[in-house]
Amino acid sequence: MAKIGVFVCHCGENISATVDCHKVAETAAKIQGVEYAVDYKYMCSDPGQTLIKDAIKEHGLTGVVVAACSPRMHEPTFRKATADAGLNPFLSEMANLREHCSWVHDKGEVTTQKAIDVVRTMVAKVKHNAPLEMIKVPVTKRALVIGGGVAGIQAALDIANAGHPVVMVEREPSIGGHMAQLSETFPTLDCSQCILTPRMVEVAQHPLITLYSYSEVIGLDGFVGNFTAKIRKKAKSVIEELCTGCGMCTTKCPQKKISSEFEQHLGVRPAIYTPFPQAVPNIPVIDRDNCTFYLKGKCRICEKVCATNAIKFDQEDEIIDVEVGAVVIATGFDIKRADFFPEYGFGKYKDVIDGLQFERLASASGPTQGAIRRPSDGTVPKKIVFIACAGSRDPAKGIEYCSKICCMYTAKHAMLYKHKVHDGEATIFYMDIRAGGKNYEEFVRRAITEDDANYVRGRVSRVYEKNGKLIVKGVDTLLNAQPIEIEADMVVLATAAISNPGAESLAQTLHVSYDAHKFFAEAHPKLKPVETNTAGIMLAGACQAPKDIPESVAAASGAAVKVCGLFSKDELTREPLVAIVNRYPGPLYSTCVGCFMCQPVCPYNAIEREEIKDRSGKVIKALAYVNPGLCQGCGTCVALCRSKSIDINGFSNNQMYEEVVALFNT
Amino acid sequence: MSSAHVVHKKGSLMEEMLDQRHLTVQKCYQCGKCSAGCPVSEDMDYPPSVIMRLVQTESKANEDKALRSMTTWLCVTCETCATRCPMEIDIPGVMDFLRERSLQKGITNPGAKNIISFHKSFLDSIKQTGRLFELGLVAEYKLRSLQMGQDVNLVPSMLSRGKLHFIPEVIKGRKNMLSIFKKTLKKGGKK
Amino acid sequence: MKLGYYPGCSLKGTSIEYKESVKAVCKAFDIELVEIPDWNCCGATAAHNLNKELSLSLPARILALAEREGLTDIVVPCAACYNRLSVVQYELNEHKDLRNRVIEIIEMPYKGTSTVLNVVQLIQKYMVDKLQYKLVKPFNYKAACYYGCLLVRPHNVLNFDRVENPQSMDDIIRQIGGTPIDWEYKVECCGAGMSVSRTDLVAKLSGKIIKDADDRGAECFIVACPMCHSNLDMRRPDINKYLDKNVDSPVLYIIQAIGLAVGLSEKELGLQRHFVPVNLPERPKSIETFDPFLATQSKGE
Repeated sequence: MAKIGVFVCHCGENISATVDCHKVAETAAKIQGVEYAVDYKYMCSDPGQTLIKDAIKEHGLTGVVVAACSPRMHEPTFRKATADAGLNPFLSEMANLREHCSWVHDKGEVTTQKAIDVVRTMVAKVKHNAPLEMIKVPVTKRALVIGGGVAGIQAALDIANAGHPVVMVEREPSIGGHMAQLSETFPTLDCSQCILTPRMVEVAQHPLITLYSYSEVIGLDGFVGNFTAKIRKKAKSVIEELCTGCGMCTTKCPQKKISSEFEQHLGVRPAIYTPFPQAVPNIPVIDRDNCTFYLKGKCRICEKVCATNAIKFDQEDEIIDVEVGAVVIATGFDIKRADFFPEYGFGKYKDVIDGLQFERLASASGPTQGAIRRPSDGTVPKKIVFIACAGSRDPAKGIEYCSKICCMYTAKHAMLYKHKVHDGEATIFYMDIRAGGKNYEEFVRRAITEDDANYVRGRVSRVYEKNGKLIVKGVDTLLNAQPIEIEADMVVLATAAISNPGAESLAQTLHVSYDAHKFFAEAHPKLKPVETNTAGIMLAGACQAPKDIPESVAAASGAAVKVCGLFSKDELTREPLVAIVNRYPGPLYSTCVGCFMCQPVCPYNAIEREEIKDRSGKVIKALAYVNPGLCQGCGTCVALCRSKSIDINGFSNNQMYEEVVALFNT
Repeated sequence: MSSAHVVHKKGSLMEEMLDQRHLTVQKCYQCGKCSAGCPVSEDMDYPPSVIMRLVQTESKANEDKALRSMTTWLCVTCETCATRCPMEIDIPGVMDFLRERSLQKGITNPGAKNIISFHKSFLDSIKQTGRLFELGLVAEYKLRSLQMGQDVNLVPSMLSRGKLHFIPEVIKGRKNMLSIFKKTLKKGGKK
Repeated sequence: MKLGYYPGCSLKGTSIEYKESVKAVCKAFDIELVEIPDWNCCGATAAHNLNKELSLSLPARILALAEREGLTDIVVPCAACYNRLSVVQYELNEHKDLRNRVIEIIEMPYKGTSTVLNVVQLIQKYMVDKLQYKLVKPFNYKAACYYGCLLVRPHNVLNFDRVENPQSMDDIIRQIGGTPIDWEYKVECCGAGMSVSRTDLVAKLSGKIIKDADDRGAECFIVACPMCHSNLDMRRPDINKYLDKNVDSPVLYIIQAIGLAVGLSEKELGLQRHFVPVNLPERPKSIETFDPFLATQSKGE
């Protein structure tokens, strides 16, 4: 016989202002099966919780309904109180009188009546609640970090320094990411490589970090604490164990004119190459699309000059499985490139370049050893126009958002240019200057006042070439939109920061969500900024949204803490509100007929095949089995099951049915 | 600019443009790309982006400035602004609206007299015959604008090249044309 | 091959040579143009400058007439008319309220299902693949293909070619043996309807266009719009005065260039009617060495 307790909360005046709480309790007391009903000003307060605990003990309650706020708010509170009184916590339910009733209706009879109805449904449900136990799963204390830019490096080092092994996967031949390409960094103007390369070396030398460069994650199975990652190690055509990184092969390679990705196509590299001298690992790869041997079957010079016989032309891609307990995605960002700005002639004129290209020009290790020179003819530009918001904040081009980093790096570019070309003129067309960061505004002001950067508020409409000059047609919106025409030697576009081209497919591989712009989506924009909706998968850096270096590093450390928190326990517990396929004694075993229609619809790959065997080992029946570690309790399989063999714990078909029926039986 | 920023939300031009023509002036964030690309902006009293701002303020005084401006009449509807506008605002559509409204209110810019005369002569010509009668247009325009001497030297060479005709083509659906003009020009459109 | 045809007022008057050349070249390619009966003026700039509903109704009547005659593809050589017809069909398809109001005004059924073709599309669709058999006199000149506004903008409506650096006419010129120049004023405005009321403005805007092409060695201009033509051609004295220079490169409609290449006479194409004389030097190019198919590979940007 059910003995239900109903506890009606006033929530100060949040509920009681429109709902007659006393009447709700009074009426609830008369519902069949209700043993005890009471109303109280703050049920979540200590005295309120004591009231519940005492009633459970005193009246020997078998179920609890707290009629208060949303379960999102206080369900854990009341479940704990219930457990403290010795009752299974899953025998406690909440009736939402605040968000679903008092806040959305005016004061009156009907509002109170609705509150009573809501309580009635929950009483009907709780009568059919079964005691449930938390699910426990073991934890593999090894993390996978995808991406070896500054965010990935920070996350990997933080996790490894906390004592947990880390597997880092980097798509390119070297780690370092975009930060390795930058010249100096704002707002301090310290050299990017100088602060990054020591961290890269630390990764390479850390005993707990395994680095797979030139590799990609191609699959991820399992669930929080228990993932299996599939990694493709692309063939470098170089045996890593034998290579000493002497650089003989890259020096002798006759194919020297291949456009360098790292130099943003302003420089060249050989066919066997490391992207840059400080590469980590310092092991070259052969670019098979451009290598003479692969193209024509002749050459093999690298093989001849290699003292350790490390060249292996017939090396194949290798696919390995790695067990990990958590994943940090740190795949970074990209920028919009040519063809996106026909009005600026980007892609048509060599001297219209993007911000990353300017970084390479300004970098001491870049193609010009840090001299600012025009890509077209190598002369030093005397007039540069920088165009901010090139593609950002531009719904017509499909990008509504602010790329966040451009204001700062454009100010830095102007500054670097003025430091290198003293008589040069730098004009910056901007819409707003967004310099919200520590010492950022001061930095921009310095560019304007000390380095004489000419800031013009307005957008450029067109750039075209005439007699070797780039004619920039802009406007000064602070002077009645006065037209401005500048004959520039070079134009630098602060092109929009966008998600990495491979982000979408990676998100699908990892089963994590992403936004309309293919940036990875955080679980909560404010309170869970470094976690994804998939438990155990974290985010770090600009793969989530455009971020600068300090922000990327901060997020990476945040993600690392989340991983370490996960690894601080030997077992994980989670709510048992998962799907379950019914089981009976033989010869029925289950009403499941083994059609496995549920399998393809499960978004979490949680449905497995279980075989019932007789003593001789012969399979008598094949049944669906829901892996409770993977199941998120979404209920898709329940809706699809033709034999009605699947239920969700805590939200069974029967419970739902009773709730609905209770509404009609007033 | 003391009284310039009084806000009249209801019945403002911006609101009317949105309701009647799906024109989204409120989206403008003053980047100035329209003014920068406009081939005639340097001849305008208010470049296009300033017109957008005047309308955005929803102040009667500023709306009046936009309506009385020369800008709308200098706009050649080349659509360069709309093509490059990051906010996809139909700026030429805004100009159309302002022109029409300033005509209705009789507050067109005095400098636009010739341009308006030309447009009106043009419409008069097709209203009568259904098709443009260029000689008639020129004659009427000259009467309206009193630009008697202009382009006279072109006439003989146009004639010799067979480019001017003395007899207008008249279409059969004249009644239909007259009724179209009557229905559309009935509100305002002072002659 | 029969196609619907809307000449528009310009082709009947000041741009009579455009009509002559379109007709002559279509004839050479066995295309019969069926004129929309009793067509009216599209209203041009004047209508949409003064009255929105009028500017929608005039083109709608034309499209309704074409529908009544069962003409599905309508060739509109005048870029201004092409633009108005396309824009109005788009607007009336987008906004039901406007469409209903316009049907009320024109008192005719209107569906808005016509395919409106500009002259470049006519050439691309019905002439280009026959060019190799018909080419007798390659158009061996450095040409500045000038697209102006009305052929390419508004891009979301017309969806024709690239909006900032269009290539369609350049490709055609290459196919008839010409050399299109790479220049920067392809889609700048010539001053359009200001020709009579603000000649000073036209001289300035068109002057910049003429200057850029001339600086880059253009021998002639190729256009597809009667307004562009008359501004660059008839207003040349004003332009030259503005530029303080004597630029005498002729302005040809693209259809005239095709006509010359397939062997039509200057008279058939109405070249004698231009203000800037068309005195292109004889410059034969061996047809054997010229392969129009190779020429179709445009260089891109």
